[in-house]
Amino acid sequence: MSHTNDNAIALSRRGFLKVLAGAAGALVVGIPFAQAVDAPVPPALLGDTLYGLGAYVRIDADGHVVIGIRDPDTGTGTSTSLARIIADELDADWTRVSTVSLGLGVEDDNGKPRWVYGHQTSGLGNSIPAAWADLRGAGALARWLLLQAAARRLGVPADRLHCQEGNVVAPDGRRLGYGELAEAAAKIAPPDAPVPPKTPDRYTLIGQPAGDVDARAIVTGQATHALDTYMADALIAVLSHCPWPDGSVESLDTSEALAVKGVVKVVQVKPEAGVPLGQTVRSPAVAVLAENTWAALQGRAKLKLQWKAGAQNESSAWFEQQAADLVNDKNAQPAARVRNDGDVDAAAKKAAHRLEATYVQPWLAHATAEPMNCVAKVDKDGAVLVVPTQAPQQAWKVVQRLTGLSPAQIEIRVPRVGGGYGRRLDHDYVAEAVMLAKAVEKPVKLMWTRDEDLTQDYYRSATVHKFSAALDGKRQIVSWNQRMASASALAQRGLPDNQLWTSEVDAHQLPAGLVPHLRNDWYSLPSAMLRGPSRGMPHVSNAFAVESFVDEIAHSLKEDPLVTRLRLIGEARMIPLGDGRTLDTGRLINVLKLVADRIEWKNWLRTVNGLGIACWHIDGAYVAHAIETSLQGDRLNIERVVCAVDVGRAVNPMGLEGQVAGATLDALSAALNLSISYKDSQVQQHSWKDYPLASMALLPDTTEVIIVPGDRDPTGASFLGMPSAAPALANAVFRVSAVRVRRLPLLKEMLRML
Amino acid sequence: MANAQDQMPTPGTSNTIVPEKVREGVDLEINGKSYRHSGDDQMPLLWYLRDVLRLTGTKYSGEHGEGGYDLVLVDGKLASATHLPVAKLAGKKVTTVEGLAATDGKLHPLQQAFVDEDAIGCGYCTPGWLMASLDLLNRHPQPSDNDIDQLPNLCRCGCQTRVRRAIKRVAKGAHA
Repeated sequence: MSHTNDNAIALSRRGFLKVLAGAAGALVVGIPFAQAVDAPVPPALLGDTLYGLGAYVRIDADGHVVIGIRDPDTGTGTSTSLARIIADELDADWTRVSTVSLGLGVEDDNGKPRWVYGHQTSGLGNSIPAAWADLRGAGALARWLLLQAAARRLGVPADRLHCQEGNVVAPDGRRLGYGELAEAAAKIAPPDAPVPPKTPDRYTLIGQPAGDVDARAIVTGQATHALDTYMADALIAVLSHCPWPDGSVESLDTSEALAVKGVVKVVQVKPEAGVPLGQTVRSPAVAVLAENTWAALQGRAKLKLQWKAGAQNESSAWFEQQAADLVNDKNAQPAARVRNDGDVDAAAKKAAHRLEATYVQPWLAHATAEPMNCVAKVDKDGAVLVVPTQAPQQAWKVVQRLTGLSPAQIEIRVPRVGGGYGRRLDHDYVAEAVMLAKAVEKPVKLMWTRDEDLTQDYYRSATVHKFSAALDGKRQIVSWNQRMASASALAQRGLPDNQLWTSEVDAHQLPAGLVPHLRNDWYSLPSAMLRGPSRGMPHVSNAFAVESFVDEIAHSLKEDPLVTRLRLIGEARMIPLGDGRTLDTGRLINVLKLVADRIEWKNWLRTVNGLGIACWHIDGAYVAHAIETSLQGDRLNIERVVCAVDVGRAVNPMGLEGQVAGATLDALSAALNLSISYKDSQVQQHSWKDYPLASMALLPDTTEVIIVPGDRDPTGASFLGMPSAAPALANAVFRVSAVRVRRLPLLKEMLRML
Repeated sequence: MANAQDQMPTPGTSNTIVPEKVREGVDLEINGKSYRHSGDDQMPLLWYLRDVLRLTGTKYSGEHGEGGYDLVLVDGKLASATHLPVAKLAGKKVTTVEGLAATDGKLHPLQQAFVDEDAIGCGYCTPGWLMASLDLLNRHPQPSDNDIDQLPNLCRCGCQTRVRRAIKRVAKGAHA
């Protein structure tokens, strides 16, 4: 970047960090927009809007620190954890830190969009790992600049000063607050080489527990999700969606709807041909636009609307039968041989003991608390959207395509998001809002009802897993064969067929690396049901099947299932899994032993209750659950849940505990009761009465989370608590009831077999 | 309402007193403040709170109020804002999540307990949990686990065990 002036020094630091003087003597470190520096925008304006600035951190003249959060917070705690990574590096006074959600920053670089903050996606538990180096770099640079400014002011070399809770402190005890130094610091040229971040022994915030930065706003009702945003003159839109994505309007009479006081217009929206799933309207819909939500809802109820059915007439029962037939057909060809170690068939032939089992898991919906919604203002000069999204860049692409506006003309704001779980990686609802705003030439606030949220989802496919394992004379598993059938979550998204398995199976999942002869085949099923990413995929369904089957092996050996697992894992060692990934068996053993000790596993046979255990690993993170259940008649009680996680360094142990406990309960809730069924390609669940997330009464009273201390770079954790929870529960149910649940949802199956 | 006309001063008896117009609408008291809703009196409280008053702490739950995000207190009793037409609330006292903290900003002990226990996931269902928990504590100052089990709220993020801790923290405080 060539432009400089007295107030805005734009020197490259590792190619992206910039230092700027903000308004009223503020120091700003971050990533300014091209136009903010090159235009140039008068520096006096830079402090006015963080959205327009793209800063990671701003230190005001009064010492207040504002930190920009680049990834949406869907409840995974990014607002808190990402802020604390910078604040620690900066030695900020946490009580004087506030955060602001960074909207989407786009640079128009010769017509090409460039993402200013890096990849702004909340999903796959990746926010902390992705931001770890960037954020510490920004904090370290700000701290370095403040130290230089203080050195000049105090006449003491910078290396003899240190930073502490928002102050620079000299050896003689003199202190200068960051606010006093901000203006001078902003005028100092950054060093050519990156400022090294702190050594971990000097962390003051990282590793210490902190509550959610938005907690006060949330408990007072002041926090605004996208659905709480009201744009001036915006019409409220509610929709009636066609039950079939390939259906159409047969007949429509809008007269009674338009007669409702407050209803302004009725508009049809349609999917666009040839646009990948998730980037345009999902199903044809009729939108009722009104002055308020109540009028819109009444208007919708008064539509005289007949849908013409699509050609799709699939049922979930048929799908599951197809899946079962595939995994049982020895001649069926897999769509992907995901892993093939050794010679499974030869090893199985020689084996002393063989075992088979089949597991069936149902279709699932995302069921976010905040339904799909989007506020959109679109005109020829630009577009402003308020979107509850996990991936603002993807939302931006949808807006860009539908409006033809240039990157700099589109502003995407992302307030706190009412749950993601992968649903908001797709942006059909954004396309609807943009189309409607264009059609009525007014801002539009779109809201889906709960019914639409459940029936117009991108579902998780049902799965059927079939295992064959063979053991040698020393009771060791020598051969492992997994055949899994499902409909890929990645189909109809423009990806090549040879990548479709990646949403369904992890090539490195257990027991890969532990069994010499191991094969993992994925069988692809076509389905008209639309699918999409889900929380913890592909680990959740696979862990349930694998960790239940390991328990079955233990039972057939008349062995303690913990002992079977520990024998299978073997000694603590590093096992390369391919793709550069490694299984650290020592960390896996450790989490298993921690939960076993805590739940007093030694009583596993003596207790009248049932104890179950399971473990899993995901890309360098390790987790285990131990669960105690009891039966009173046919009523299942989850008495105790213990979970241990090893994510390397825990940035915010309190947030991590919340994530792990939350994911555990989410997994238990789904496993206990949830399934989506459909007939004629129409989903039969319309409200939470028939898609019953678990109530307080069904869930355990406590969830004990053990966090393994570690000094490796942190890994993601937002879904880590999911995979081993349901199999630990099913294994505990087997101990207490002798019912082996091989089909979810668990309660229904347990009651059927009791 | 029809009699209101009869009670008005007769026009023309004074040059300075202008006869007052009939005030149409429903009078409500929400979080200690008086409001008059002059629109459709069948509008559910939920949309009056959100669209008209911009008190957005009370959330949309679903067509049936399922999940309990829309819970408020009406004359101290737990109620679903989805199911209450404004017309039925004339003269009644409504408390929403915005009305829990003291006027000086000090959090209600239950709000503070939710903060201290980090009993929050995405935050969308939190106001509903607060209102239902407050109602529970009003009825059972020392609720048992079975009492807490009766809460009608749903949470996809899995904050239930932390909510339970927060409720017990307040109950313990009341006991001490």
